Amino acid sequence: MQTKASKSALFPYVLWIAFFVIAPIALVVYYSLLDLHGNFTLENYKAFFTSVYLKMTLSSFWYAFLITFFTLLISYPTAYFLTKTKHKQLWLLLIIIPSWINLLLKTYAFIGIFGLYGPINAFIEVLGFDPKQMLFTDISFVFVSVYIFIPFMILPIFNSLDRLNPTLVYAARDLGASAFTTFRRVVLPLTMDGVKAGIQVVFIPALSLFMITRLIAGNRVITLGTAIEQQFLVTQNWGMGSTIAVFLILFMVIIMLITGQKNKGGRVR
Amino acid sequence: MKSLIQATIAIIVVTALLMYAGNAMSAGSGKSGKDTLTIFNWGEYIDPDLLKQFEKETGIHVIYETFDSNEAMMTKVQQGGTAYDIAIPSEYMIEKMKEEDLLIPLDHSKIPNMKNIDPYFLDLPFDDNNKYSVPYFWGTVGIVYNPSLVGDLDFSSWEDLWDPSLKRTVFLVDGAREVIGMGLNSLGYSLNSLDNNELRSATDKLIKLAPNVKAIIGDEITPLMINNEATVALTWSGQAADMMYENEDLDFAVPEEGSNLWFDNMVIPKTSKNIDGAHAFINFMLDADSGAQNADFVGYSTPNIAAMALMDEEVVTDERYYPTEEQRDTLEVYKNLGPDYLGKYNELFLEFKMSIR
Amino acid sequence: MTKLTTSAKVYLAIVFIVLYAPIFYLIFYSFNSGGSMNNFESFTFDHYKAVFEDTRLLVILINTVIVALLSALISTIIGTLGAIGIMTVKDSKMRNTLLSLNNVLIVSPDVIIGASFLILFTMVGIKLGFASVLLAHVAFSVPIVVLMVLPKLLEMNKSLIDAALDLGATRKDVMMRVILPYIKPGIFAGFFLALTYSLDDFAVTFFVTGNGFSTLSVEIYSMARAGISLTVNAISGLVFFVTVLIVIGYYFVTSRTSKRTGGH
Repeated sequence: MQTKASKSALFPYVLWIAFFVIAPIALVVYYSLLDLHGNFTLENYKAFFTSVYLKMTLSSFWYAFLITFFTLLISYPTAYFLTKTKHKQLWLLLIIIPSWINLLLKTYAFIGIFGLYGPINAFIEVLGFDPKQMLFTDISFVFVSVYIFIPFMILPIFNSLDRLNPTLVYAARDLGASAFTTFRRVVLPLTMDGVKAGIQVVFIPALSLFMITRLIAGNRVITLGTAIEQQFLVTQNWGMGSTIAVFLILFMVIIMLITGQKNKGGRVR
Repeated sequence: MKSLIQATIAIIVVTALLMYAGNAMSAGSGKSGKDTLTIFNWGEYIDPDLLKQFEKETGIHVIYETFDSNEAMMTKVQQGGTAYDIAIPSEYMIEKMKEEDLLIPLDHSKIPNMKNIDPYFLDLPFDDNNKYSVPYFWGTVGIVYNPSLVGDLDFSSWEDLWDPSLKRTVFLVDGAREVIGMGLNSLGYSLNSLDNNELRSATDKLIKLAPNVKAIIGDEITPLMINNEATVALTWSGQAADMMYENEDLDFAVPEEGSNLWFDNMVIPKTSKNIDGAHAFINFMLDADSGAQNADFVGYSTPNIAAMALMDEEVVTDERYYPTEEQRDTLEVYKNLGPDYLGKYNELFLEFKMSIR
Repeated sequence: MTKLTTSAKVYLAIVFIVLYAPIFYLIFYSFNSGGSMNNFESFTFDHYKAVFEDTRLLVILINTVIVALLSALISTIIGTLGAIGIMTVKDSKMRNTLLSLNNVLIVSPDVIIGASFLILFTMVGIKLGFASVLLAHVAFSVPIVVLMVLPKLLEMNKSLIDAALDLGATRKDVMMRVILPYIKPGIFAGFFLALTYSLDDFAVTFFVTGNGFSTLSVEIYSMARAGISLTVNAISGLVFFVTVLIVIGYYFVTSRTSKRTGGH
């Protein structure tokens, strides 16, 4: 499983990296070194270390953490129960289908659902409470973000749970382990790769969420992604926008180093 | 393995069928003449029937593409790749496109209908003698509100926004020029100010508005106002007209300290490959009949006097959409601030946004 | 197999209800005779009729589906091969570098991807339109495929491959008979999420498209200024029902044939 065959397998992928990753990064780094008049400068990097951007970085990480945490919290049991259903592959597909409907449309639907005259408030009124404006709050923002990311978390976890040998669980239970111990010592370690993959595909894009920061959070939440969007599309300060992007990529690399697996090749345990 | 191959084949077959269907359909919709005209406009900013009528009259096939911000439009025109024949940018963007040499001068002899435009809207500072552009729609920035929910505030002054009774109810539009401009106007400064002290005090004043701000959003404000989810919003007159058309309780006011007067204009970008067709289109849109039909459809204020004569009297005499010349004197058109000050405005706007918690 | 407890069923039901709530909300209002997604006035099929009269919108829908299917297919192939390739890289530093490069497009906001791809495409001289949009969608979908396939490869037992090789299997056999079947769930997951990426993307498509080529997302975003027409709700409702039917139909057809042939 090495040498020629695998090298040629890597070829289109490496081509992809060269053209669509390295080249754009080079462009971004190049632009990050330009000021508004096209002169070389390090001002943009200096500007990133002002309180506005540092605060923004912190809040991006905080919200990305919250989003990832709740997504995992909801997805793990869902994936676990799904593996136990009769037509599990079908149910899994039905989890993904909602993500194929346009995001902006779904966001507008959420605006309606959370709205003052939406179904949730109608329900609250039936219970005898005063209707509340749920839009433009942290909670609605995290909720909708979690909603968007759930399929991305469920899929990898489902895949790793699905191959889990049930006899292992039975063996552990037979040997007197409690349900919790079995989960912690047997199930969780064996599904760790799936969980890690899930965390990566949620946390990393959550750092650069934009659109819904405006639509659902009304710009009360500002992430690095929003700032980049603004710099590119409004200020047309591609230099500063690129600088923020360089930092986002750096953060991502750090996250990869922390969550990256250290063992070589397949699992040897 | 078998299922992987099966799935691949199924996808390829489905794609091929769809391509066939798609081709058949676009062939059916009549791509007859070789002559095409590519128009780049804001979404839902033209009556589609007019495009059909234009195709029928001239035999030119129209390709219609849309954008949702001036800056995104400019990036696409600048990079080329698509032969846009007509674009409809706002006034400050025209100055910028002129600087970047992205526009083709208009041949006025090919646009006889230019005479239909109110002279007030011709020869404006952003484009002397309308060398490059012809106004399409215009409007103001003001406050749309629900009178039954704001007590006796009437927003004849920007100060009303700071009223403590509006705690957490004000919606702002997500634009640095609009919001900082409002701060400057409320202090009696020009919304094109290049004075750092004025900008600083405007931002400080805005930060005091933070407790009243509910959200800073974009076009989504329209359904929220219509549905009475929001009570007060800073917005453009055209959008306010949309809202008031759907929800008759709403009212619109342009505060007396002054505000912004904006124009969207037709231009011919450098990318054009059908310059004659583009002139024909501009002339067609300036015609009294099509101008009136378009203004009825879009609901924004038209600069076309001949068209106004054909429109509903009640609309064209409504001073909220068609302010009198005297009222217009307090309004200012955005000037191109140059990259440094545009950056400054956006930095201050970001600072203001971060203060809302 | 252990049975699901009632509380587990309730939990799943709630998750499904939440996932589908906005979609049913959209579909509900697609029958609204009023013009917008609030204030249901009365029941009508008008918006569905409008869908079939609007050939431009239908062509856009077809384009959207073609781009989604093709880009997901191509990126799944590239991504799967890439993931297998990454696993064969012995040096762990090198492997982490590859993985970091892989994730660059996931962390980059769409605006940046779109703008840099636009610069790239015009530099190379690719005509903006179908081809450039397809290329861009392939490009930003590859990383998600890699991330979905990788955990399956990681949990694969190396001794399985060694055993197959010892038994005289060729490398091709190992690939076809051992590796691919094992990582199949990861491949499908990658494909489906690549579809999601493609169908949801607005910003990248906006920048790299041209010459009249458009997708549903671009169309919907550009409508936002004047309010999204309910025709879009109707078309989404139709797409939703067709998708669900295809998925359920396909599932039962394949599971019946595989039962008959004795596979699993």
